[in-house]
Amino acid sequence: MKNKFSILLVIFFIFVFIVFYKGLNNSNIYVPSTQVEKDLPDLKVKLFNSEEEIEFKSLFEDSEFYLLNIWSSWCAPCREEHPLLMNLKNQKNIKIIGINYKDKKENAEFFLSELGNPYHEILEDGNGSKSIELGAYGVPESFLVYQNKIIQKYVGPLNQNLLTEIINLIK
Amino acid sequence: MKYLKFLLIVLIFFKISLNSVSAESKDLSYKITKNLRCLICQGQSVHDSDSEFAISLKLVVNEKLNEGLSETEIYDFLKDKYGQWILYDPELNKSTYLLWLLPLLLFLIGGAIIFKKFIIKKN
Repeated sequence: MKNKFSILLVIFFIFVFIVFYKGLNNSNIYVPSTQVEKDLPDLKVKLFNSEEEIEFKSLFEDSEFYLLNIWSSWCAPCREEHPLLMNLKNQKNIKIIGINYKDKKENAEFFLSELGNPYHEILEDGNGSKSIELGAYGVPESFLVYQNKIIQKYVGPLNQNLLTEIINLIK
Repeated sequence: MKYLKFLLIVLIFFKISLNSVSAESKDLSYKITKNLRCLICQGQSVHDSDSEFAISLKLVVNEKLNEGLSETEIYDFLKDKYGQWILYDPELNKSTYLLWLLPLLLFLIGGAIIFKKFIIKKN
């Protein structure tokens, strides 16, 4: 009886050891799933230029692709990805909608006059709550939207590879 | 001396009840944000973090509370946006059942061993 018990105990500890040992190699940094299919939230948003309040969903038409891009003038990676957005602007069947995240208006305007404005429309998000409603982590972040659904998430700055991916997706 | 003691007891009691009252009024938002994992500063709760993400999330939680949403409704809302991972307190489901049931199982097995070893032997 005693022998049996100690053998069981040893097996149990070996089992625990293997589980923990395997667990060591797993990354414990959470990576959000990027393949999503979420409806756009019902929101009231403020337009950057006219300060007009509108329904968020009214910005989107069914037939077109949209890239929702969260940006800010104080965010360095946004500066990096900006030329790519300027590039994407020339694509036919996609419109870029900017969300200006926790920014000062004059800084944002200066940013756009310096680097160009790729946005079809810009929305204000002064306290970051709109971005939370969209399920965003921070700046920069982009969502590909089609038929009122978020179909792909890009956390962090876009790069050339992701841009090609987007262009292939919207073809 | 007796009066002093009495006064002290009253004071302590009063202080405790005062504390619990103020705790109750800001409580729910505190409780919720303590149970939310800050996703960009992992290892901290949203309540403890001062990252932009956490600050906005605290605002949204307060907004939702003002709109009259309950605690579970807020969790559901955030789970929908960010996934199960945002909650510190994991719910019982396919991938967490071991986590919940194993301690219970070990407790029962331990109890059975003790029972067998000591109580049955004694008899």
